[in-house]
Amino acid sequence: MEKIFLKLHRNYIENEGNIISLLQEMQGEFGYIPVDAVYWFSKKLDIPASRFFGIATFYAQFHLSPRGKNIVTMCCGTACHVKGSERLINGVTTALRLPDGKNTTDDGEFTVEKVNCVGACSIAPVVIINRQVFGKMTSDSLMKEIRNVEDKRFEK
Amino acid sequence: MWRTSALRNKGTTVRICMGTGGIAAGGLEVMNTFKLHLRNKKIQAEVKKNCSMHKVGCRGLCAKDVLVDVLRAGQKTTYQFVKPEMVERIIDEHLIGGAPVSEWVVGEDYARFHERQTKVVLSDCGVVDPEDITSYAASGGYNALKKVISTLSPSAVIEIIKKSGLRGRGGAGFPTGVKWDICSKEKSPQKYLICNADEGDPGAFMDRSVIEGNPHSIIEGMAIGAYAIGASKGYVYIRAEYPLAVERLKKALKQARENRFLGNSVLGKRFGFDIKVKLGAGAFVCGEETALIASIEGQRGMPRAKPPFPVYKGLWGKPTVINNVETLANVPAIVSRGAAWYASLGTEKSRGTKVFALTGKIRNSGLIEVPMGISLKEIIYDIGGGIEHNRNFKAVQTGGPSGGCIPADLLEIKVDFESLAKVGSIVGSGGMVVLDESDCMVNIAKFFLQFTQSESCGKCVPCRIGTKRLLEILERITSGKGRSGDIELLEELANDVKATSLCGLGQTAPNPILSTIRYFRDEYEAHIVSKKCPAGVCRDLLSYVVRQEACKGCGMCKRVCPAGAVTGEKKEAHKIDPEICVRCGACFEACKFKAIGKG
Repeated sequence: MEKIFLKLHRNYIENEGNIISLLQEMQGEFGYIPVDAVYWFSKKLDIPASRFFGIATFYAQFHLSPRGKNIVTMCCGTACHVKGSERLINGVTTALRLPDGKNTTDDGEFTVEKVNCVGACSIAPVVIINRQVFGKMTSDSLMKEIRNVEDKRFEK
Repeated sequence: MWRTSALRNKGTTVRICMGTGGIAAGGLEVMNTFKLHLRNKKIQAEVKKNCSMHKVGCRGLCAKDVLVDVLRAGQKTTYQFVKPEMVERIIDEHLIGGAPVSEWVVGEDYARFHERQTKVVLSDCGVVDPEDITSYAASGGYNALKKVISTLSPSAVIEIIKKSGLRGRGGAGFPTGVKWDICSKEKSPQKYLICNADEGDPGAFMDRSVIEGNPHSIIEGMAIGAYAIGASKGYVYIRAEYPLAVERLKKALKQARENRFLGNSVLGKRFGFDIKVKLGAGAFVCGEETALIASIEGQRGMPRAKPPFPVYKGLWGKPTVINNVETLANVPAIVSRGAAWYASLGTEKSRGTKVFALTGKIRNSGLIEVPMGISLKEIIYDIGGGIEHNRNFKAVQTGGPSGGCIPADLLEIKVDFESLAKVGSIVGSGGMVVLDESDCMVNIAKFFLQFTQSESCGKCVPCRIGTKRLLEILERITSGKGRSGDIELLEELANDVKATSLCGLGQTAPNPILSTIRYFRDEYEAHIVSKKCPAGVCRDLLSYVVRQEACKGCGMCKRVCPAGAVTGEKKEAHKIDPEICVRCGACFEACKFKAIGKG
């Protein structure tokens, strides 16, 4: 872990000391912002940990807990909303049996997140699964894609 | 018949849509199929990646559609709904044989869709290869920058932009020339030019398409702007949710530096300018200029009081100009073709063209660019092709969460800054979501408040608490708990939030509420007084009933019901128990005999 921290620290200096960029790189490495990493950098840079947490909790992109292996991003933009994204979200939440108030399945396989607008409004409603963009989704096609992901897991 | 790539102009070119939408529709598979077959048939042709506006006038617009242009012997043919299995025939009959496969070619409506548009910003999207600077140059790219650096003084450049009448395309519509003028007159050893590519409005993808489709137009626009104001450093603040745009932009920047359009000595002259890319981190409020600046500085994206305006004191306290992507994309064309040309488009106070993202319940959903002052009717019906599924037009929501809706009896309205403001909406960044009779206007207002409330940075009380209370009232209304006096309360609170919020987010968040009350008060009253949702959207106000005479007793509804609310024997009419029903609508969706009534 320390090796990665040192690499991030070097980049931080190169990036004119920008905490947001640091957190973005940290998340790129670990998939989320580990609390240990925050305290390590807080000590190293002599910046209060509260500053890091203040930034991490302000921006929607940052996650303070590990996410599922597969990320399902539901677009909640205006066009998607008008084309039924709410029903899709309810459907996937039920189908994946997401615990109340949580967005990651208990087995750590799936995280369902909502995003404000992917910018592919003409093919609304849009769902992104593991960075692949799917348009004109219906409850059926969404379930089909999720099952594809589950099947791939078993193939391994 | 076939040429090598060295004689590209005389050969055949195939263009395939590779924007985010095009890729989602299968553009990559189509392109790979083209490459495979062409290689197998030992043909040398250029298969170029192009970002045309996705959904360019196509009907249907479903996920598997891909548009392909074939340019052969000076003729352009456009294919629609292209799938990988169609590729071989297109190659054999058209690319080799010379005869287009007519049954797959776009229809007349495609031509009509484009004829009524005036493309300035989008003129090269779908033509140039966004990953190849030589393609941009072949189209006249960077000639404007060359002209500026060799023959014009900074003040001359500012005069051109001022005379053109260009106004900011991000939503505020501030005259660009004036902004550049003020900043240029500030004395400071360091100035900045920032391109605002945060495009946070849900339903807007104009900027994404320009950056994915023609990133060099932004770089050239920024370089010209930086020269005019005296900035040596530039930033493009782009939202992280646009990975393809980020990738293409970074590639373009690298190519621009290699060709000396950026760097310490641009085109060998004494002007130095370079651009860094800064990723957003998922905060709508960072589209507001002072919050954006805070974000670039690595802080929480909270707005600051204005004055002082960024042109005087901006990034790191230095004079800074912030321009929207579309604004900057207009600059090279204005410099090349002249201020008078640009000013001849549009209206007196709203010169030029505007790119709109036309989405929602419209047939030809996609990106359009039209002269300011065109009528809304022409956009919706002539270009947009009217409402899909032959439903009735109800309203069009413009300007995203900061805007308002325009109802059917105002369809003749001219789309420009002043006219839309008069009816309680705004041009905004360019999002236009079309609504039909199946959309509930109270639900739309609630949707926007859910958005702005969660995006509120929390710094000022009117926005932090005001949007929360506005949302609570709307939630009560849409769940059947509306009270007499709620509409007046919404209006009063909305006006207070507008008047006292620190930044544009709070100042405009109440607009959708005020606008929907202004034109659709009866819908609010139906929700509050009769506890009914006329459009059939608000779940708690709906009831689902099996129409006994239509029910075939197939049992599908009983199977899909998650609450066990449906009873009935096979081949006998079923019944829904309203006490148990959770109104999820699953039965309504599942019934193949339209036997479930919603109301």
